Amino acid sequence: MPSDRPLLSLRAAFLRQFLRNGRGIMTRPADVANPLLFFFMVITLFPLGLGPDPTRLATLAPGILWVVALLASLMVSAKLFASDFEDGSLEQLALAPYPLAVTALAEVCAHWLATGFLLALVSPIFGVMLGLPNEGLLTLLVSLLLGTICLTLIGALGSALTVNIRRGGLLLSVLIIPLNVPVLIFGTAAVREAVLGGNPESWLALLGGLALGSLVVVPLAIGAALRVSLDS
Amino acid sequence: MLLEATQVAIERGDRRLLSGVDLGVTGGEIWQLVGANGVGKTSLLRGLAGVATLGVIGDIRHGSTFLYLGHASALKLGLSAVDNLRWHPACDVTAPADQICEALAAVNLAGYEYRPVGALSAGQQRRVALARLLLTDAPLWLLDEPFTALDVAGCEWLEACVRGHVSGGGATVFTSHQPSRFGALQQDLDLGQYAV
Repeated sequence: MPSDRPLLSLRAAFLRQFLRNGRGIMTRPADVANPLLFFFMVITLFPLGLGPDPTRLATLAPGILWVVALLASLMVSAKLFASDFEDGSLEQLALAPYPLAVTALAEVCAHWLATGFLLALVSPIFGVMLGLPNEGLLTLLVSLLLGTICLTLIGALGSALTVNIRRGGLLLSVLIIPLNVPVLIFGTAAVREAVLGGNPESWLALLGGLALGSLVVVPLAIGAALRVSLDS
Repeated sequence: MLLEATQVAIERGDRRLLSGVDLGVTGGEIWQLVGANGVGKTSLLRGLAGVATLGVIGDIRHGSTFLYLGHASALKLGLSAVDNLRWHPACDVTAPADQICEALAAVNLAGYEYRPVGALSAGQQRRVALARLLLTDAPLWLLDEPFTALDVAGCEWLEACVRGHVSGGGATVFTSHQPSRFGALQQDLDLGQYAV
């Protein structure tokens, strides 16, 4: 008895999953505010710890901003699939006749818009708070926009791998921090280059390449990892 | 044949729960998986649905699309009942919103359509999940403990719903500790005899 129900197009399935998760995130504004608040608090603590010398802060600012952004992104994307696993959404998603890579990517996109994207948008404000020279602000914004795409995808991969392990937090950090290192290096290099008056385009191009590359490859890995996690 | 499982064995970790399970489901049949707690009812149903593949040994063939409803109801607590069904992760609900509202009215949730599911009781959440039965046209239903948390009226509704589905040529495989709800219509698969 074959079903005559018209199958949704892949794009429609992507959109449904995006809307479901986007709307879900909007019902929990605290989850959106959390990484931003973390970013804000850590950035305000640094001048207190390092002393208010503006020139010293300005030289340290690119590194500080990027490391804090990385930690904020790590903090939230580590739990990306946890609620889906617990409430059974993940097994239903796995039964849907669409590749998990695509539907999981929709979820990651919604998540990135609520975290990484917002983080990048407000980052110039935090840059000013740390005395980052004005020439570096736009580069900071662009580098974080590209960089958080990579960070979120890598974090999502870690989350997919460890979602069925109780207290998988440590394992997750060990797994994904090394993968985040190139992103951090290129990101800080771009901002530093801009602050020194150079041309950061080559670094940004590398970051963009990383972002595009991970957009292609990492969803496939996420899909496979989710299947493995559901299997036990 | 909607579902054919031959010589299926279920393992969890390094422990074998079941072996040699044969099950053939054709249209018009209701199968209840029975057995004590921990015998492997849920594991077998997950294996039959294909949610888990590791530790599921043997041949499982599907002859049709199917609907699987697990212990966890796959509802996002912050979303309304309509949104939960409209964007259900299994992607099998393609009905427009007014049809979804009709289904919710049929499970006695009229007036709760646009409330966050988290504000509903456990039984009402179960009803939201079960409303999917009215919105899909999959001929085979695999239901894990569908009667859990339902009140008497809810159980009766679900019973009628399954009867209607089966008389229309569909089939249902479910687990439950309630004995023989469907009388002569149902067949029991006692997993105790396959336990290792």
